[in-house]
Amino acid sequence: MYEGIVQELIDELGRLPGIGPKSAQRIAFHILQTEAFDVSRLAEVLVEVREKVRFCEVCGNVTEQERCAICRDPRRSAATICVVEEAKDVAAIERTREFKGLYHVLGGAISPIDGVGPEDLRIRQLMERLADGTVTEVIIATDPNLEGEATASYLSRLLVQPNLRVTRLASGLPVGGDLEYADEVTLGRAFEGRRVVQG
Amino acid sequence: MPLYRDEAVVLRTHKLGEADRIVTMLSREHGKIRAVAKGVRRTASKFGSRLEPFMVADVQLYEGRSLDIITQAESIGSYGAEITEDYASYTAASVMVETADKITDDGGSLQQYLLLIGALRSLARREHGASLTLDSYLLRSLSIAGWAPSFVDCAVTGAPGPHTAFVVQLGGVVADDVAPPGAPRLDPATLDLLAALLAGDWPVAAASPERIRSQASGIVAAYTQFHLERSLRSLQHVDRGA
Ligand SMILES: [Zn+2]
Repeated sequence: MYEGIVQELIDELGRLPGIGPKSAQRIAFHILQTEAFDVSRLAEVLVEVREKVRFCEVCGNVTEQERCAICRDPRRSAATICVVEEAKDVAAIERTREFKGLYHVLGGAISPIDGVGPEDLRIRQLMERLADGTVTEVIIATDPNLEGEATASYLSRLLVQPNLRVTRLASGLPVGGDLEYADEVTLGRAFEGRRVVQG
Repeated sequence: MPLYRDEAVVLRTHKLGEADRIVTMLSREHGKIRAVAKGVRRTASKFGSRLEPFMVADVQLYEGRSLDIITQAESIGSYGAEITEDYASYTAASVMVETADKITDDGGSLQQYLLLIGALRSLARREHGASLTLDSYLLRSLSIAGWAPSFVDCAVTGAPGPHTAFVVQLGGVVADDVAPPGAPRLDPATLDLLAALLAGDWPVAAASPERIRSQASGIVAAYTQFHLERSLRSLQHVDRGA
């Protein structure tokens, strides 16, 4: 334990995902001891990001406007929607340059043990996007782990409608991994080799 | 550093740092184990697929200072794929592992381990329907923990049944002379089903009508949450459709 504000900083940092008490302490002392470290710039960006960034009203991706750059881009095909768990998965798939359609960010995966059910994800919004029949293919690109597979099978049973094909990324993505860690080549191949699960 | 080896079923995993996971397992001989699996979220890891919830693996670990480290894992039973294919099975399996996690806080047992892998295997094979399998698992797991409910004789006086007043806090059915005023009364068919689920009498359970099953599920849920002294997060997501 440290005195006052130093401990408060360590506690706040320790609340961030993936940062344990030791890392929090290391970061806190880096901030305190490194002359060149621009604290006010970091503080500004943190405040700015909270003020400016929001979630795209269509797909749930992060954006500084009402709709994200992908949803606004007229060159993207509105016939295909790729469903992912998190906004960072959008970035991973964009790096492959393999996909020219639109996205839908669920905001996680179904995980009853963590208290996350289908109603806690943006599934209703996905159904609304499919209502007018423009979309002819939904590609499910949830993580290749247990919760991702469970979410994919839940969605594929839900998305039964005429003229809609539901596909799942090809296996070859290692089970248990996070989509964001898949390299571009593997992820690109998984897109090409996607298999039809419904329709 | 001391190495040890055991068979274990994975209850749940948590992300740790950039690419690791903390894996909570119920083992055959060492009770509940919380251990770190390094690098499993990186896609080059061959390890991760064997350490997902509902998987049974032969694991080798070395004792760390706070958490043990998993050095090897060989799959010996993989029920995840079959379970995730069916939403009712997935939610039932989630309640089972959450219950196993909480009920073994003071140390697991071989009986709890065998009961859980048996129940997961049964779910994966679609033997008895997810909802009945779950209710049977919960009643038996609580019994192993020392909280066996009584569905025939009075839980307080031991007076021979049948009785119909059911009081979760008193441990099951109670005779009329000790039943608190307003105690809920159960349908005899519900009590028969509960007794069958506790005993693993599947033909009787399979013959029960839907209305009786749903009353029995409500009793099992109340009984479980009372004894675990907290609510099970996964229980509210159970899909009773199957
Ligand atoms: Zn968008």
